[in-house]
Amino acid sequence: MAKDLKIALVGNPNTGKSTLFNLLTGLNQKIGNFPGITVDKKVGYCKLADGKVAEIIDLPGTYSLYPKSKDESIVFQVLADKTNSSYPDVIVLVADATNLRRNLLLYSQVADLDVPMVLALNMTDMAKKEGIDINVNMLAERLGIQVVAISARSKTGLKELKQAIENTTKIATQAKGADILALAPEAIQEVKARLKTDNDYYAMQVLHQHQHLDIFDQEAHAAFEKIKKAHDFETSKLQAAETIARYRHLGTVLSGVIEDTGAAKKFAFSDKIDAILTNKFWGFLIFIGILFFIFNSIFSWSTYPMEMIEAGFMKLTELGHSYLPEGILTNLFLDGVLAGLGGVIVFIPQIAILFAFISILEDTGYMARVTFMMDKIMRKFGLSGKSVVPMIGSLACAVPSIMSARNIESWKDRIITIMVAPLVSCSARLPVYTLLIGLVVPEKMVWGFINLQGLTLMGMYLISIVAAVLVAFVMKFIIKAKEKSYFIMELPVYRMPRWGNVLYTMYEKSKTFVFEAGKVIIAISIILWVLASYGPSDRFARIDKKYDLIEAKKDSVQISTLERDKAAEKLEHSYAGLLGQTIEPVIKPLGFDWKIGIALITSFAAREAFVGTMATIYSVDGGDEAVGTIRDKMRAAVNPDTGLPVFTFATAFSLMLFYAFAMQCMSTVAVVFRETKSWKWPLIQLSYMTAMAYVASLIAYQLLK
Amino acid sequence: MKLSQLNPGERGTIVAFTDLEMSVKLMEMGCLPGEVVEVERFAPLGDPIAIRVAGYQLCLRKNEASVIIIQ
Repeated sequence: MAKDLKIALVGNPNTGKSTLFNLLTGLNQKIGNFPGITVDKKVGYCKLADGKVAEIIDLPGTYSLYPKSKDESIVFQVLADKTNSSYPDVIVLVADATNLRRNLLLYSQVADLDVPMVLALNMTDMAKKEGIDINVNMLAERLGIQVVAISARSKTGLKELKQAIENTTKIATQAKGADILALAPEAIQEVKARLKTDNDYYAMQVLHQHQHLDIFDQEAHAAFEKIKKAHDFETSKLQAAETIARYRHLGTVLSGVIEDTGAAKKFAFSDKIDAILTNKFWGFLIFIGILFFIFNSIFSWSTYPMEMIEAGFMKLTELGHSYLPEGILTNLFLDGVLAGLGGVIVFIPQIAILFAFISILEDTGYMARVTFMMDKIMRKFGLSGKSVVPMIGSLACAVPSIMSARNIESWKDRIITIMVAPLVSCSARLPVYTLLIGLVVPEKMVWGFINLQGLTLMGMYLISIVAAVLVAFVMKFIIKAKEKSYFIMELPVYRMPRWGNVLYTMYEKSKTFVFEAGKVIIAISIILWVLASYGPSDRFARIDKKYDLIEAKKDSVQISTLERDKAAEKLEHSYAGLLGQTIEPVIKPLGFDWKIGIALITSFAAREAFVGTMATIYSVDGGDEAVGTIRDKMRAAVNPDTGLPVFTFATAFSLMLFYAFAMQCMSTVAVVFRETKSWKWPLIQLSYMTAMAYVASLIAYQLLK
Repeated sequence: MKLSQLNPGERGTIVAFTDLEMSVKLMEMGCLPGEVVEVERFAPLGDPIAIRVAGYQLCLRKNEASVIIIQ
């Protein structure tokens, strides 16, 4: 989209920055990448009053320009490097009006980079309720920039904010936040000369964190190190001195600006909730209760919409077969593409519900309490309380969760979190579990209100979490720590979830799932259809001949099953069938036949391909006239040797365990490689998970059969 | 006296830090010398702890709280 101006949103975590971003851009946004690094770059577009289009970038929340984690380091990289493609024309600093002084520390650092700025005071309505009165005009005058009071939650002040952005001058007008040059005069002057800049703070920041900036080459890094040595440039000491100087200056700026009358009452509400939710006894019980409620809901609330979608696709296939001309293209479209598509879309209800809950838990502030409660336990297993968020996020998808592990400051905690996160059952396994549980677990109620299928599903999730924790515990002893681990975190006050954000997350994640997973699944479905429909030509010719002969004999018994037998035999001799049969000896002890073998092969790229594969295989297997849901077809599948159903409890459970532990996700392998910058970790992960999956399935099948 | 020695409900004023690197992170989060801190509660398993400082709630581990010297 053409844009006239670039705006960056900067602010502390929990300031409502993302809500403001959603409000300004609506659905007109996309998630991309910053070149070279894997931090999500949220970009959206917004029309200003004069018809100009502004590109808005939502930068990760941070307390300071000195990054504590990988995620935060992007903020300085974007704001300091004029050649960066995201370098903004205007910075909108979003500050929480209920905690202005701490929020302004980041303002004061950013202001010194000399980019034109607007200060958006968010949650001013909340501040007023808490008895905090801010003199906006006086603050604007003292800072030297426009200050706009807004409330992203009640959508006030947006027009004024857009107007302020338009009014921003090309040259920065803000007053300096501290006398930076006084901190290390000689070193700063030398860097300024070298970089040909007149910005003291930029020069000093470069000295502090040049190692993390890609814009410098080896020679420059060496030169900066030399300057640091020559002038006794001590990072921690100078950062401490700078922070104190900035707060001192802010003290003067804010004196007379803030009037706080009701400070004591402010937290009474949150305190009362905390007394229960983080209670010694109730805390964990409530947490487990909430988890149980979520899984129960995913199952029971999604039944109706899922049945509708399944029925819709069934109808569509039926219609297609009766109206479209018969031929290869029709078959490819209906049994390959449409079957695969149906297998993806049917899971939208479950994914949307799961993400709705995750976003509510984060929005209300409960997730932070979970982190707080779990830290001690998690530390015993080599993780940190902060690993809880990536682990819970992995319930949805390991890929974004592994990226969110960037919030974990300690290298060892982070690596272990990354290594075990894919064990936690993600939404891609949900289709597999749902399908198999639906096949072998009766739909009964226990004690009148607990759905037995839901209970089994929760069991699968518990198994995965226990496995993740145990593996972490083992790794704790294997991996050596590089530095101390931290756990300093804000506990935001409890708030009502912002329903707009919740809806937006549901939409966004479902869309990503359909497009990202859908692409892979449709591609796999087509390839699979081809592999399953064609085989070595001599074999297919032989089958054709054999059945032509039978038909010619006009044996009424054989003719009645002729089409089906022929289709089954063709599948067995197709390329896919041959592939499945090749690996059958290896997977037979796990209770899998060659058809499941095909699914295992296709699931290697993405485990959600299982359902699509089953759909394709059983569509091909059933011949043209067999229309029904995948579940019906799988239930009807019979082992030709024994005459017993293929999907017994033992096979289904063994298969579920295999999918629970195996690393069947190319995207995860790729993201682990990007995050750890080496092939060592993804390879270790791939091997240990595959080995675990095989052994677990083997034991389960041999015990249960 | 160290912050980690306080019980829930007790308060003190920050006077110094014993660890320079940690002090930067703590100050960024609002734990400045001269600021009053109050221990709000312990996590269900006794660690980490939640404190009230500079008008908001912060949680940190006991060993991190032990670098904050209070009066």
